[in-house]
Amino acid sequence: MPQPKRLSINGETKLVDAPDDMPLLWVLRDVLSMTGTKFGCGIAQCGACTVHIDGKPVRSCLLPVSAASGRAITTIEGIGATPAGSKVQQAWLDLEVVQCGYCQSGQIMSAAALLATTPNPDDSDIDAAMAGNICRCGTYVRIREAIKRAAGGRQT
Amino acid sequence: MGRIENISLAPSRRAFIAGGTAGGLLLAFHFPVRDARAQEEAAAAARFEPNAFIRIDASGATTLIMPQVEMGQGVYTSIAMILAEELDAEFSTLALEHAPPNDSLYGNPTFGIQVTGNSNSIRAFWTPLRTAGAAARAMLIDAAAAQWGVDAASCTTASGEVRHEPSGRALAYGALADAASRMTPPQNPPLKDPNDFTLIGKSLKRFDTPDKVNGKTVYGIDVVLPGMKFATIAASPVFGGKVARVDDSAARRIPGVTDVIVLDDMVAVAGEHMWAAKKGLEALDIVWDEGANAAVSSATVWEDIRKASESDGVVAHSVGDIEKGLKDGDLYEAAYELPFLAHATMEPMNCTVRLDAASCEVWLGTQIMTRVQSTVAEAAGLPVEAVTVHNHMLGGGFGRRLEPDMAVKAVRVAKHLNGAPVKVVWTREEDIQHDIYRPVYRDTISASLSKGKIVGWKYKVAGSAILARWLPPAFQNGIDIDAIDCAVDMPYDIPNFHVEYVRVEPPAVPTGFWRGVGPNNNVFAIECFIDELARKAGTDPVEFRRGLLGKAPRLRAALDLVAEKSGWGEKLPPRVGRGVCVQPAFGSYIATVVEAEVDEQGEVRLRRVTSAVDTGIAVNPDTIIAQMQGGIIFSLTAALYGDVTIERGRVQQSNFHDYRMLRINETPPIDVHVMKSGEAPGGIGEAGATAGAPALRNAIYAATGIALRRLPVDRDVLSGRKKA
Repeated sequence: MPQPKRLSINGETKLVDAPDDMPLLWVLRDVLSMTGTKFGCGIAQCGACTVHIDGKPVRSCLLPVSAASGRAITTIEGIGATPAGSKVQQAWLDLEVVQCGYCQSGQIMSAAALLATTPNPDDSDIDAAMAGNICRCGTYVRIREAIKRAAGGRQT
Repeated sequence: MGRIENISLAPSRRAFIAGGTAGGLLLAFHFPVRDARAQEEAAAAARFEPNAFIRIDASGATTLIMPQVEMGQGVYTSIAMILAEELDAEFSTLALEHAPPNDSLYGNPTFGIQVTGNSNSIRAFWTPLRTAGAAARAMLIDAAAAQWGVDAASCTTASGEVRHEPSGRALAYGALADAASRMTPPQNPPLKDPNDFTLIGKSLKRFDTPDKVNGKTVYGIDVVLPGMKFATIAASPVFGGKVARVDDSAARRIPGVTDVIVLDDMVAVAGEHMWAAKKGLEALDIVWDEGANAAVSSATVWEDIRKASESDGVVAHSVGDIEKGLKDGDLYEAAYELPFLAHATMEPMNCTVRLDAASCEVWLGTQIMTRVQSTVAEAAGLPVEAVTVHNHMLGGGFGRRLEPDMAVKAVRVAKHLNGAPVKVVWTREEDIQHDIYRPVYRDTISASLSKGKIVGWKYKVAGSAILARWLPPAFQNGIDIDAIDCAVDMPYDIPNFHVEYVRVEPPAVPTGFWRGVGPNNNVFAIECFIDELARKAGTDPVEFRRGLLGKAPRLRAALDLVAEKSGWGEKLPPRVGRGVCVQPAFGSYIATVVEAEVDEQGEVRLRRVTSAVDTGIAVNPDTIIAQMQGGIIFSLTAALYGDVTIERGRVQQSNFHDYRMLRINETPPIDVHVMKSGEAPGGIGEAGATAGAPALRNAIYAATGIALRRLPVDRDVLSGRKKA
């Protein structure tokens, strides 16, 4: 077993024993029992496992834990503490975006990353940022509306 | 906002027995107190549990028990609204609880077992839930009236309390719980006049949303038990194949792998985490005995069903004289074909098991609580009472979780782990390749046109009889009533009308319910052919349908509204078309228009979707809009991409790169107009899933003149690279 890895997750430091090649997704879910981040496909096709690494959206199902060590990891459990994340969560509630909800951790992480860098995204910005996140319930119409609402604050 | 308890009580704690009444209400009675539970019962004495759906304790805390499962369709909130409406409970502080497995208490009145499906939660439970709420309210009023010495008729209720306006007195439900529990439940409590509804008809926030935006919701796949192992499985890639031999030496060297379990038709690897299990499974060298199905392919499946569909079927419905009717005008014929489809719920199949010699507990999300309990009992070799099922929020159902196979497989794995709890999670590849698929269907239609009207219509469905396997008593006289749903009750007024069903079971490939079920197939074939007939008659597709909907006023009103809202008839650019679909499916009357563009390469771009929905009384209108939006996307996904194909007895697709889903950048605006209605509520969870595909296909027909008769949409045909 290699040396324990020091991970910074939502501002807290965690020491984990895990093989270098183990994707961050399984470290979060199966070692740390942080199950808000979801397994959907395992090949970065669906976005359900999206987390932020130093503020950028990353598919944790393919990211080796060794590559996440020493960097700032943010998950759905912590995104509400960021300005963009809390706006996105509120807009999701206001517009009742969610259906089954399983993909929504990833959707919210992608949307929060978008708003953090692009405070007023247009439709093509939204397409580019969100096309990697599949929703089988088909909540896309409301996701688009909610991102615009989050961008515009509460006035819409 | 209230909260949702992620617990399920064991049946023994519920202290209920069933006492069904003629009205279908599942009223229940308290067992006599037993010694072993005396203390618990004493604590519960002040509790008011008038039936299986409502519990009010002395503090006033009100818990509603959900007989149907929440898989995104919003049913927990709608059920709570119906119960709270008649109970006059304080909505904002309600707590919801998953029901335990119990057919007699929570059986779906339509099916007789505890099942969430066929878009019928609200339809089936509308009256029983209203009655349960009203009965509880009446007992609370009786308790208050007795205490005050006033006439019950002079008391009113609101926001969780009984009031006596003449004296200005009021008592909260909690204060009345003990006394109310000793009142006799009324047999036929009066129900509210819909004009007095204060909750039903409002777009209320869903109970389940807050925890779904912060990662707190626990789905089956999120269950964590102390000392739990993680496992993943591989079933024979060829349906029905067996394990011949396995070399596990490489797998056992992978750090974290603890167990390799070789069963007759599947192999599992367990370990300290899913990563170890997954790597271990990939490292196994498995030789399969492929068996008799290794020669099955999509080509042979289609050869079989085409041949079968040429023979006469069982007559499901016949009106007038079909032979004469077909001779009374110009005869047209067509056949429509739909492929196998996977469900691809975003939460892959999974189940967590704790098994010992005397008992078994399973944790999962399922649409069939009691069937999971009984099949787990059988797999574990235990009596049903020894099996506890903990249900969870479902990360998508769509009919996939109407099957218990993921629970049975997990128990078979757990049997080899000496009592260690195990979470069995399928890879996405296993999920796609070992689904229980929407069957292939072939629908043949002959129709005659005279003076612009259809005078004869002969329709034949060929496909699986899912009900014959899934609910055998419902399969009568060779007819699967799901397979012909929306074909026998077609809304169009045609004097000579005849429907047949040919049962064809594809070899090897297991088939099951898929969102939209029978109507999904039939509405597609019917609406496609109606469009082709409209063109033969030289009539606009909306006008042609209007002329046939004289006996279906609700559907005609929906059609008129969607024509107006979609701008039907307004000029469009070249290669852009509008297509319409009307459907009476699931007790809802819906008309939908899709506007789409087809480019020179045959690529389809969705521009806009409009839908008009008469679903009777709309319990939570925003949920209805959401279900239509999502259902339409589900349907458009299938139309544009959905295709499970078979070669050498195996499913060829494996993950989202080759079993594609519609994505946000391909999704058009979808406007849903919910129509006012005083009729009983219809079903909505699957209605959108039936609407999108035919409307899109007809839009393509309008844009290009090409009448597609198979799904998914073939870009090569639309570009002219291939003949239709």
